[in-house]
Amino acid sequence: MMDVGAIDIAFRWVVFSVSGLVAVLASLMMVTRRNPIHSALWLIVAFFSLAVIYLTLHAQFIAVAQVMVYAGAIMMLIIFVIMLIQLEIESTRKGRITGGKVIGAFITVILFLEIGAVLFSFPGGAGKASGISATEMGSVASVGIALYGKYLFPFEIASILLLVGLVGAVVLARRRQE
Amino acid sequence: MLQEIPTSLYFALSAALFTIGAIGVITRRNAIIVFMCIELMLNGANLAFIAAGSMLGSIDGMVFVFFIMTVAAAEAAIGLAIFVLIFRQKGTINVDEINLLKG
Repeated sequence: MMDVGAIDIAFRWVVFSVSGLVAVLASLMMVTRRNPIHSALWLIVAFFSLAVIYLTLHAQFIAVAQVMVYAGAIMMLIIFVIMLIQLEIESTRKGRITGGKVIGAFITVILFLEIGAVLFSFPGGAGKASGISATEMGSVASVGIALYGKYLFPFEIASILLLVGLVGAVVLARRRQE
Repeated sequence: MLQEIPTSLYFALSAALFTIGAIGVITRRNAIIVFMCIELMLNGANLAFIAAGSMLGSIDGMVFVFFIMTVAAAEAAIGLAIFVLIFRQKGTINVDEINLLKG
């Protein structure tokens, strides 16, 4: 018989492995599809599985924000623009995989190995910086207290940034009347 | 007996997502797909922030991810508006053909 804690950990392993695999596969599909709409839909799958991974890290607020902001708002914008712009589907013309692309991808894989080397040589170790227990750390209440307490000024700047983005997008996309 | 999921696995996943995104940015020529790959790289960074915050028992990681999401939303609005503008002017958003700033 396994006790509740062991079942909890086993469940988290299953959820993490499945959603991690889905995230990697979906992002691979996203990079390789020719049709931009297919890419966008695969990216939404990757965002959803990342939200599930955030849940295994007890980050409920971020998981919901991920679905709402990324999978909801940003991807909706992207799909609208894809529909607005009549994209030619990248043709399968000869020599599409050029030497430059191969070199670029190779250098990026080296980048991945470097990131991995740094992360695995990192000593790690848990600290208790905030004194909040792991389960209630990602709740809306504790994130809200941090946002409106310690990070109040950056939070206000973020709202100004969003306002600037909104106005900028409207000004840019408006048709000039000349 | 299973142990807790080690944080290094989350970091490995985040590095994998970041790398896939970077490969996409380098190899694809469609500006919107390049943009989506950048969003994927941002998500890889977000995952690293959340995993590190969870490992250190700190809430700051989540606050940082919140701000990254804010910046990504603003960036999406501005960036896509610029794409629409470029498409109106040049009729394409292939990044190889957008070379206005090339001297």
